[in-house]
Amino acid sequence: MTDLPISPYPALLVGLPILMATLSLFFRTRGEAIVGIIGSLLTAGLALIAFVEVTKMGTVIHILGGWEPPLGILLRMDPLASVFIGMTAVVGVFISLYAWRYFPAQEATNGRLPLFWPLWLFLWAGLNGLFLSNDLFNLFVTLEVIGISAVALAVLSGKSPALSAGLRYLLAAITGSMAYLFGVALIYGSTGTLDLKLLSQVLEPGTTTSFALLVITLGLMIKMAGFPFHFWLPPAHSSAPAPVSALLSALVVKGAFYILLRLWMEVFGVSLTYAAGQLIGLAGAIAVIWGSWQAFMQTRLKLIVAHSSVAQLGYLLMIFPLIILAPGVTADSADWLSPVWTAGIYQVLAHAFAKASFFLSAGIIIMALGHDRIESLRDLVGHMRITALAIGLAGVSLIGLPPSGGFMAKWMLLKGIFLSGQWWWAPVVLTGSLLSAGYIFMLLRLAFAPSREKAPFRPVPKKLEVYALLLALGSFLIVLPADSLVQFLESSEIFGSGIETILEGGINGND
Amino acid sequence: METTSFLPLLILISSLIPGILILLLREEQAVLRTFLNIFGAVAKVGLIAWVFAGYLRGEEYTFVFNLALDLTFTLRVDQLGLLFASLSSVLWLVTTLYAIGYLEGGQHRRRFFAFFSFCVTASTGIALSGNVLTFFIFYEFLTLSTYPLVVHRGTDKAVEAGRTYLWYTIGGGTVLFLGVVGLFVVAGPIYFGQTEIIAGLISEYTTQLTILFFLMLTGLAVKAAIFPLHGWLPVSMVAPAPVSALLHAVAVVKAGAFGIVRLVYDVYGIGIAEQMNFLSVLAVFAAFTIIYGSVRALFQDDFKKRLAFSTVSQLSYIALGVAIPGVLTSTGAIVHLVHQGIMKITMFFTAGNIAETYGYHKISQLNGIGRRMPLTMGAFTIAAFGMIGLPPVAGFISKWYLGLGAVEAGSYWVVFVLLVSSALNAAYFLPIVYRAWFCEPEQEVVSQLRSGRLETQALLLIPVVVTGLLSLAAGVFAATAGSPLSIAREIAEKLYLL
Repeated sequence: MTDLPISPYPALLVGLPILMATLSLFFRTRGEAIVGIIGSLLTAGLALIAFVEVTKMGTVIHILGGWEPPLGILLRMDPLASVFIGMTAVVGVFISLYAWRYFPAQEATNGRLPLFWPLWLFLWAGLNGLFLSNDLFNLFVTLEVIGISAVALAVLSGKSPALSAGLRYLLAAITGSMAYLFGVALIYGSTGTLDLKLLSQVLEPGTTTSFALLVITLGLMIKMAGFPFHFWLPPAHSSAPAPVSALLSALVVKGAFYILLRLWMEVFGVSLTYAAGQLIGLAGAIAVIWGSWQAFMQTRLKLIVAHSSVAQLGYLLMIFPLIILAPGVTADSADWLSPVWTAGIYQVLAHAFAKASFFLSAGIIIMALGHDRIESLRDLVGHMRITALAIGLAGVSLIGLPPSGGFMAKWMLLKGIFLSGQWWWAPVVLTGSLLSAGYIFMLLRLAFAPSREKAPFRPVPKKLEVYALLLALGSFLIVLPADSLVQFLESSEIFGSGIETILEGGINGND
Repeated sequence: METTSFLPLLILISSLIPGILILLLREEQAVLRTFLNIFGAVAKVGLIAWVFAGYLRGEEYTFVFNLALDLTFTLRVDQLGLLFASLSSVLWLVTTLYAIGYLEGGQHRRRFFAFFSFCVTASTGIALSGNVLTFFIFYEFLTLSTYPLVVHRGTDKAVEAGRTYLWYTIGGGTVLFLGVVGLFVVAGPIYFGQTEIIAGLISEYTTQLTILFFLMLTGLAVKAAIFPLHGWLPVSMVAPAPVSALLHAVAVVKAGAFGIVRLVYDVYGIGIAEQMNFLSVLAVFAAFTIIYGSVRALFQDDFKKRLAFSTVSQLSYIALGVAIPGVLTSTGAIVHLVHQGIMKITMFFTAGNIAETYGYHKISQLNGIGRRMPLTMGAFTIAAFGMIGLPPVAGFISKWYLGLGAVEAGSYWVVFVLLVSSALNAAYFLPIVYRAWFCEPEQEVVSQLRSGRLETQALLLIPVVVTGLLSLAAGVFAATAGSPLSIAREIAEKLYLL
């Protein structure tokens, strides 16, 4: 493991945002924002440099303080981690730019909201740390950092709906962490190691491992609002200020998914069973239908967008049953897996861009209208065409119409569904698309309808609209590098040679 | 494959770029917008003519762009695609002129013309698609680009119609999507014309390929308005006349019909489709739709609604022709793609002209209208005779080939369906013609729009006269080389060569 090239970037990716976050605490008002935006830009730039480095050199590592594991901490930046870090950087930088203009414009009505910048940078450090972590305990620590800063961001406005939503969020986050930690303790007790790489070699199938996998999975599902643990997400995500909603929906929930993906595909291959896969898939399927239906029934824009997140995260859970073939079904090669994980990655990316854009647009609309009841969206097209276009494009990606990133994800998901022979998931994908078309076009229908009042929209800074539009465009542009992206990911162990674990697990799991 | 050519891409760009530029213009920049519109429309017709000429010389035009992974975006020129593309581009040019006149002084013209351009981009994209995926992309793009046109007026009724329209088309699109991905998994990326792929797999994957065929057929049948999936079409009549003309004659409905032609002829192959009994199912639905649409049309007093139900009926001639194997029926089906387009667009222009000039929307108001608008009603009369199937108008040719082919195939019931339908066509079109020419007007109304000696604005009058004459010409000169019939005949003969 130590023969991998050593690079300073993994440490910098965690250290720099922490440094800037701490620095910003020493300033007040505009100073905090200036340090914050500089920190964001630097972190994003660093992430992109690191990304390029990994594309050139392959997986790089950093050993903190020079202490070798198991004593020290090893950060590993493989292609999967760098894709997530890159995504966080691109989406994060647009949200930061938006926040830079959003908060001052909001001050007049809502008063100043302090601490956004330090909390957001701590959150960013936590996310980077999570993607780079190489052992179960570090993952726990980063999850906690993310959880705490996310809850603090969610209650930033200090209003009572936000506070009660934040409390629920906090309880869910803590329960999730505890379940996860319990599982980790079980693993440590039975194997004596926490290192992901080592675990994948020494883990033996058995009751303890299976039980540990179960509680870890449950904990992470709570964190990523997987059905039936989705209850905390809509109120928390919808009551936060717009840039925070965007961060929570686009990035934070993806952290838990990242761990789940890593653990299922890289570590716990031996304990995966067909039934477990089907069960988590079922949870995903219900989330897709239920979340979309709930979104369809809402009358407030931010609640629609938040419920839509529940559905979109459901698609992510639906990839897990597909990696484990049914007993008796054998595959000659791992060919069916490639579309499955491509679907997962694309769903993550497309949702991150589209949902961030959507929440930012919702923030713009609230700024213009003073509220987000959807019946007031009448004639949005006439008044704010950039925002209308952004909502339209993000919506197209969420529905999964070509040629968006969401389309790519659905295409690959359906392909995986057919190739793995689990055709019963196909109607779920279909129904989900239809329902999401239902709520997106409900919005667009209003946007095209003539307004009853004269000019109900107050002017908003044009740049805010542009940032939302750029993110929406991003959800389409991510399709273009798909070829190189998949090749890049295939060069990582998790999707390359690591696939063998799954294949073995698939066979072992069939008893 | 063959050498890459950017010409097919250029054909698409000729309407895409003007569309984007129009969106960036300001509402008041009408002159520049009109220039862009007409420039794009003329350029597209010119480019297609150029490519058509090249194709006849034996040149191949293929544009391949690897979108991502195994998703390949392919544009390829073949005869069938060119026929459809020519139809779209010529009628687009005509409709653009019409729309400029029709919407003069209206609101949101920037949005209208931009999406109008996107719409024709999608429809030529469908025509030139080289594989199933590309077809699907443009098929969905068409849904999205037509929606703002349907709700253009922004009234509650229009918005409601837009909702119905979307539920049908998005639903159809999702079912089609399932079929397309399934086909991709079973058979790989299929290029149109590679029927040998399915032929090689059909015995091994009989069930899967059967299910997939019907999934795709269902998805396409929505836009082709085959019963019971036709509900959106009469409702969409709230859209402005140029949109109805474009939706009903060219873009949306033809995309569905053209898709069915592609699915049967160029994906599964006529042999497999016949052997697996897919076609008999299609035939039954198509025949029923023909009769059903005509019967419903009989009872409509709203002019545009009657035309809409007539479209439902007429479109299924194409599906019926596809469903009865044989060179003659295939010729009839393919040529009807074109003939129905030019005849029906004439009728919608007529309805639009009357509504704009005199404000009449109902058939019962049309007494004596022929004396006041002789040229418009003259064109309508030609188109109506064509729809009924009277020689020498275009529609006669379609019906003649369909009937002849049905007799040859031994499907006498099809002849019966055609006869009943023709009688019904006569029953709902002739009263309009009769009222227009032979009934006394109830009161004298003076139109505001009469300009000089013309019966209505020149931009509204010229298109209807042109398409009326085209309907006649397509019939009269059917035997000439280069006519739609001769091209359709060539395509059909190639299909049965194997």
